[in-house]
Amino acid sequence: MTTLRVSVWRGGAQGRLQRYEVPRHPSQTVLDVVTHIQRRIDPTLAYRYACRVGMCGSCAMTVNGVPRWTCRTHVDKVAAGDELELRPLRNLPVVRDLVADMREFFDKWHRAKGEFAGARSKSDDFARVAPDSPERRAADAGIECIGCGVCYAACDVVSWNGDYLGPAALNRAWTLISDVRDVATVDRLRAVAGDAGCHACHTHTSCTERCPKHISPTAGIAGLKRAVAKVALAGKL
Amino acid sequence: MSTRSDTALWLVQRASAAVLALCVAVHLVTVVYAVRGGLTAAEILGRTRGSAGWLAFYSVFVIACAVHAPIGLRPVLTEWLGWRGRSREAFVLAFGVLLAALGMRAVLAVFR
Repeated sequence: MTTLRVSVWRGGAQGRLQRYEVPRHPSQTVLDVVTHIQRRIDPTLAYRYACRVGMCGSCAMTVNGVPRWTCRTHVDKVAAGDELELRPLRNLPVVRDLVADMREFFDKWHRAKGEFAGARSKSDDFARVAPDSPERRAADAGIECIGCGVCYAACDVVSWNGDYLGPAALNRAWTLISDVRDVATVDRLRAVAGDAGCHACHTHTSCTERCPKHISPTAGIAGLKRAVAKVALAGKL
Repeated sequence: MSTRSDTALWLVQRASAAVLALCVAVHLVTVVYAVRGGLTAAEILGRTRGSAGWLAFYSVFVIACAVHAPIGLRPVLTEWLGWRGRSREAFVLAFGVLLAALGMRAVLAVFR
């Protein structure tokens, strides 16, 4: 059995990397490594997780410089030899150790009008949306976002422009705009247009590259730009 | 700047990019074609002097540049220098005017 040499960020915004030695196992995930450190070596280590199966979006961290969901990231795929460096997600304030403060991330979903706005009540019949319709497919493309913040941490535009809503919030807005039941399209387009919204995207595609759910926020943002252009040219923005 | 004006600038930049794509293509083809027999000032001036067509073409080219580049400079200034607000808008406006003035000066110099 070999040993992993793991450097882990300790502290808040000001802190340092602390080294730990963790036994290496087959099929070991990065979250397994962090859990081992906290349970067997240093119980003061702060980190966040919940489901452990890639559903909840809680456990994202920076692993060897790359934002990843740690519960489904195998050490074998990402370790540089026997070295692992773990830091909290980039572009977010650090609460402590590996825990990033997600408030700004989710506040931006709200700012992008990420809430569904329907016109039907519970006394109405179900909306019927054909599974193979273009609108349904467009919504499907982005609906599986788990809100892990990996795309937000991967995005250089977020690091340069703190007001930028970021890939996840814009993907959410695009998903709702593609939802034929939603009735807040123009309001939402107003919320996501401009230098803090979809027009700030440089199409670097880091979000698309890193999304663990293989969503392409880049495609959604391009869709938003087209939708905003149409509404603006019609004089309705 | 508001959402509406940001969006308008984005549309204008897209439109000017389309104009520039055409202008650059015509310009490069002209350059490659024109230097086949050697490159002389006399030959260039012979083509452009008094030509309303080339005056119009390069005027459009210059104006498209002067519109396109300052809009693109806005996010660069914000993202690299953290420069926002009215002073940034004034700077990029001045930059656009400078590009237009220098460009039109060159266009007129080979027309007259």
